[in-house]
Amino acid sequence: MKAMNRRKFLKGSLLGGVAASVVSKSKNADASASFGGYPDAMGVLVDLTRCVGCRSCEAACNKEQGLPAPAQPFDDLSVLDHKRRTSEGAYTVVNQYEITGQDHPLFRKIQCNHCNEPACLTSCFVNAYTKTPEGAVIYDATVCVGCRTCMVACPFYIPAYSYSSVLNPIIKKCIFCYDTRLKFGRPPACVEACPREVLTFGKRKDLIKIGNNRIANHSDLYEDHIYGENEVGGTSWMYLSSAPFEEVGFDTHLGTQPILSYVKEFLTVVPMVLTIWPALFAGFHLLATRKDKPKNEEKSKI
Amino acid sequence: MKTLIANGKIPLAQHYNEDRSIMWTAKDKLLLGLSLSEYLAQAFRNPLNWLFAVIFTFGGYVTITRFVFGLGYVTHSSYDYPWGLFLGFGLFVMVPLSASGFMLGTTVEVFGRDDFKPIERLALLNGLLGYLFAVVFLQVDLGQPWRLIYPMFVSLGPAAVLFLVAWHVATYLSVQVAELVPAFAEMMGMPKLKTFIKSMILGLTIAGIILSTLHQGALGALFTYAPGKVHPLWYSAPFQWFHFFVSSVFAGLSMLIVVSTICKKTMAWRCDRNFLDNLDKLTLGLAKGATLALITYLVIKIIAIAHDGDWGYLASGWGQWYLLEMGAGVILPMILFTISIRNNLPGLARFAAFIAVLGIALNRLNTALFTFNWKMYQEIPHWREVMICITVYSLYIVTYRFVLYRLPILYTWKKDEEAAS
Repeated sequence: MKAMNRRKFLKGSLLGGVAASVVSKSKNADASASFGGYPDAMGVLVDLTRCVGCRSCEAACNKEQGLPAPAQPFDDLSVLDHKRRTSEGAYTVVNQYEITGQDHPLFRKIQCNHCNEPACLTSCFVNAYTKTPEGAVIYDATVCVGCRTCMVACPFYIPAYSYSSVLNPIIKKCIFCYDTRLKFGRPPACVEACPREVLTFGKRKDLIKIGNNRIANHSDLYEDHIYGENEVGGTSWMYLSSAPFEEVGFDTHLGTQPILSYVKEFLTVVPMVLTIWPALFAGFHLLATRKDKPKNEEKSKI
Repeated sequence: MKTLIANGKIPLAQHYNEDRSIMWTAKDKLLLGLSLSEYLAQAFRNPLNWLFAVIFTFGGYVTITRFVFGLGYVTHSSYDYPWGLFLGFGLFVMVPLSASGFMLGTTVEVFGRDDFKPIERLALLNGLLGYLFAVVFLQVDLGQPWRLIYPMFVSLGPAAVLFLVAWHVATYLSVQVAELVPAFAEMMGMPKLKTFIKSMILGLTIAGIILSTLHQGALGALFTYAPGKVHPLWYSAPFQWFHFFVSSVFAGLSMLIVVSTICKKTMAWRCDRNFLDNLDKLTLGLAKGATLALITYLVIKIIAIAHDGDWGYLASGWGQWYLLEMGAGVILPMILFTISIRNNLPGLARFAAFIAVLGIALNRLNTALFTFNWKMYQEIPHWREVMICITVYSLYIVTYRFVLYRLPILYTWKKDEEAAS
């Protein structure tokens, strides 16, 4: 008897232990539900008020990433006459915006914003994307199937695709110079090339402080907002502007939720359907065919 | 074929010839019991085949160029519209129209409605071929189609919606093949195989329901990744999967009505009395199911607008387009179905089903292409892209016809004893 009791006690304590670990685990899960990005992630603060549209960053990116030579040279500023987006040949582009009430235009550099919770990463069914602790969103071309869901998912219209390639078309986008620079703690090529200190490289949390200081010190110059601090869950690249952000081509309706949060509503349905449907429909079957059974039995008797 | 039957040829539907002297070979079954020259002669007589010949010659060439020169040659290589017609039509329209398989499987096997048996196999085949060709479309669209199995075995991203679609479509394809094996087994004279499948048919059917619920819904959920890109009237984070799932119910049933009508009109020689005599009654039965799904869909669409607070958009140009889609594609077929059921008018139900099919196609194209990037420019597909779509769809029709002519889908394979008596 004693042994039995002991055994029961052991069993009970074991169950309790398991329960405790499950509870503590779910607490961790709660914390990770509001993942705000890696603590030491690096970022870049782009100050639109300082940019003169010289396209040095574009040239530096082209060289660093070994991209094909552009149709028009980088010192040809006539390309600024129309709006461009990132493409398979250019991971970063500068666009020009005429601002009502200002005597000079503003220039905005576009590249991957390296989200804290990237939509491209969460939508990829072969897990080709990685958000590194350094803050970069990098991409493994060797597993990419080419479904292009990441291009659909990206709220900033960043990933491009090398459609022209027959045998190895892949996604083309800024990787924060991860392989050649960021991994070793060095700033990306575009930041180094900028002659006007438009781009400030540093820890993301420090950049937010710097941005807020600039806004506080020159409240007449800056819009009171750091674009990217909270947009779609926060991004590693952030912007300061002297004009309302929608006038410089930013989408100001993205909200602060990561894109994944819109998909979660469906993802929670999946396990429910998987577990409830079999029992439910087997039950329906039994109910629906209940009346047939006696008939069949009678038949077999005859 | 009609002329041949008039001349005394009987379409092959049993293992032996009439006086049981000859057992048909696989070749006879393949050639419908005709000699090769007779078979070719009837194929050449059919004007539709000439149209297909033109499409395959020209479209086949264009399709080959896609694999030789890349996607950039046949599409506009848009970065803003990564998905064009191949997925917009081939995947998002084909899959809901193929929901008939699991609908009728559920009706007959789960709910025990044996009165729907004459049309069950047509529903299963419509499902199988629809999915198969959705995958063909996908293979045309994928940048690196030879990596199709990567999400299964090489590099897994289980948290992605597309991962679920890939796995479920793959599993469901095998389920549908299994569900149609009995038809094949009857024809080839393999009764054990049929018994084996029949023993697990309930499990297969329920697996079909689960997989269909989830991947039909998941196709909708794919667009929840693009909250700012799809127009709010076609986008609803909490309801998107449900919209796609419920609309696939009436889409599948309506497609089944359309396909059965085509079968009745163009290959009546292949249908047996069991199919032809029951078809009008079954059409109205399917219409009832479709009407229930239509009204559910309409209500949940309205709830989604109320939930997301999108009433204001209805007054805009996009709103009128939305109202047109809902009015012509949902409310109109719903009313026509109801009239046809109340007054016993199968012809009207067929017309309503045709409209419902077009309506669902419009809805999917609206979500994937027309209202996608509604704040930007409108992408018009490249003519080569259109041509490839027509080619693959023609291949789908030809395959469909090939199977219907042969497997006991529209007719019942005569058992040896019956044939003898």
